[in-house]
Amino acid sequence: MFDELTEKLESTFARLRGKGTLTEADIKEGLREVRRVLLEADVNFQLTREFLERVEGAAVGVAQLRGVNPAQQLVKIVYDELTKMLGERREGLKLSTIPPSVVMMVGLQGSGKTTTAGKLARKLKAEGRQVRLVAADVYRPAAIDQLETVGQQIGVPVYANRTTNDVVRIAREGIEEAKRGRDRLVIVDTAGRLQIDADMMAELKRLKEAVRPDEILFVADGMTGQEAVRIAQGFDEALGVTGVVLTKMDGDARGGAALSIYGVTKKPIKFIGVGEKLDALEDFHPDRMAGRILQQGDVLTLVEKA
Amino acid sequence: KDVATTDVGVILRGGVKDGSLEDLEEILLGADFGVPTTLALVDKIGGYAQKGFIRTEAEFQDALRRLVEAELREGNSDPALRMAAQGPTVILVIGVNGAGKTTFIGKLAAHFRKQGKRVLVGAADTFRAGAIDQLRLWAERTGADFVASKPGTDPAAVAFDAIDAGVTRGADVVIVDTAGRLHTSGGLMDEMKKVHRVIGKRMEGAPHETLLVLDGTIGQNAVQQAKQFSEAVPITGLVVTKLDSTAKGGVVVAVHEALDLPVKFIGVGEAADDLEAFDPAAFARELTED
Ligand SMILES: Nc1nc2c(ncn2[C@@H]2O[C@H](COP(=O)(O)OP(=O)(O)OP(=O)(O)O)[C@@H](O)[C@H]2O)c(=O)[nH]1
Ligand SMILES: Nc1nc2c(ncn2[C@@H]2O[C@H](COP(=O)(O)OP(=O)(O)OP(=O)(O)O)[C@@H](O)[C@H]2O)c(=O)[nH]1
Ligand SMILES: [Mg+2]
Ligand SMILES: [Mg+2]
Repeated sequence: MFDELTEKLESTFARLRGKGTLTEADIKEGLREVRRVLLEADVNFQLTREFLERVEGAAVGVAQLRGVNPAQQLVKIVYDELTKMLGERREGLKLSTIPPSVVMMVGLQGSGKTTTAGKLARKLKAEGRQVRLVAADVYRPAAIDQLETVGQQIGVPVYANRTTNDVVRIAREGIEEAKRGRDRLVIVDTAGRLQIDADMMAELKRLKEAVRPDEILFVADGMTGQEAVRIAQGFDEALGVTGVVLTKMDGDARGGAALSIYGVTKKPIKFIGVGEKLDALEDFHPDRMAGRILQQGDVLTLVEKA
Repeated sequence: KDVATTDVGVILRGGVKDGSLEDLEEILLGADFGVPTTLALVDKIGGYAQKGFIRTEAEFQDALRRLVEAELREGNSDPALRMAAQGPTVILVIGVNGAGKTTFIGKLAAHFRKQGKRVLVGAADTFRAGAIDQLRLWAERTGADFVASKPGTDPAAVAFDAIDAGVTRGADVVIVDTAGRLHTSGGLMDEMKKVHRVIGKRMEGAPHETLLVLDGTIGQNAVQQAKQFSEAVPITGLVVTKLDSTAKGGVVVAVHEALDLPVKFIGVGEAADDLEAFDPAAFARELTED
């Protein structure tokens, strides 16, 4: 059911292959199909082009696509290249040895920052760390209530100060509180904002200066379209993000944004969100993500065949 | 050169600069129109060029704008809300997580309040942390009545109560907020169906509008969302949010084509007045501007 791409390529190549080995032109023809699949998965069109050039090089260069099943060979090359372009290695949080470590959540409106802050707090608490959440979103209606409810649900204290709109002050106070409480980790929730909103981005820069975070996690909706590139670039250029979380991956979005975001920032995707509940957080696996983008559920068997 | 772009050789005879069609294709793909819609539009424009109707870059972009606008005006495309003949008009707002439903309700409440209407909002998102408080603040901000229950209450019961209260208090408009849900979650889609059903039972002909909110920054998944939501309940219109971002929201053209649903509003910010009636011409114009 999943290997539509392989099937499409097989029929394309069957049509072309009277003459044995596939020519460069045949491979190009096959890559049109790959292009369609990537674009339908929301991989940015410019990155798609660069990606296909690289794959074309690999496919033609090794003169691989001969023998029994060139379609599967091409899919394998595409899959490997895609996995590479998604970061290959798995990376967790990098926390400092001197507590408290500080993690800052940033991203567009509604991407899942507050929920992910809760998920991370829950996870790290389960690993035996004493965690505190800090409510530095003073704009969204009831943002503080939301974080406090999340904190209650997982038994993690939340620092909030409803008497001020100064998020730098709130974050500083939160960290002071964490030091007094001997917490190991502080997670700072921030308001959603557009990367083109200069004032709001400046606020994040001030926040960064003040709290010197160990991790700045860019939280992105896994369904994001072509703009993923500019959004990620905007946040990364302004702040130097250290990692990415892709949310809402429990749906059926293909998640091409993963490729776009990693492609432009080269910052590791550390986790994926797979539900609204606070335990719905998973490690990111580049190979699985590549399979998802290609809608190729069966790459392992493919690897054996190729 | 792009490995898989439409064949432009034919149009060169029309005197058009090489690459114009690729440029159009990139504009459309980059604006999230998706492959099928993009290819169909580029094909049409290629046809015009071949016949010599368009020659310059400017004419290309102009043709694109007009085609997109025509596409959006095709079929069911009236942005006006359907109001109840008597009694409150009931509007149900649905969509995936974080799309902007609650904020849209705040803006819509403000819109009606400006017209002097009495508005009541019902907090039938009883699941997400802080959701009820969020809607309450919007109600306070806009001077709307507010009906809610405790977190965890059956959302259909809250919707029922909201309409009840709307009828007894003589509200002109009742807007029901729902929890975000992914279209792939069968259980949550059933819950939404029940909300819709119960509203219809409480008041004949309600909801008068069932609006699906789509996040303007998302890509091709919007088509799937719209299909699945409209299979679950009869949607009457679309709202596209976050168009103040750098995203163009082009996927709504594919959604409009697939489901014959009008786009009724767009959201262009987080404040109460950041709501605009949908204008196909303006939407098409945005496409070719940076
Ligand atoms: N299905 C699903 N929903 C998620 C996931 N992560 C977050 N959500 C939901 O997405 C919506 C937005 O999440 P929030 O955590 O409020 O997002 P945010 O980035 O803090 O939003 P703002 O503060 O308004 O910018 C909520 O309904 C969450 O429950 C996920 O991995 N899967
Ligand atoms: N920039 C911008 N932000 C918006 C717009 N509409 C909503 N938002 C923001 O997006 C975030 C999510 O909006 P909500 O209204 O909470 O979304 P929702 O669909 O109700 O979310 P859930 O109930 O969690 O599913 C908030 O931070 C809003 O302020 C818009 O048009 N432009
Ligand atoms: Mg938040
Ligand atoms: Mg909501």
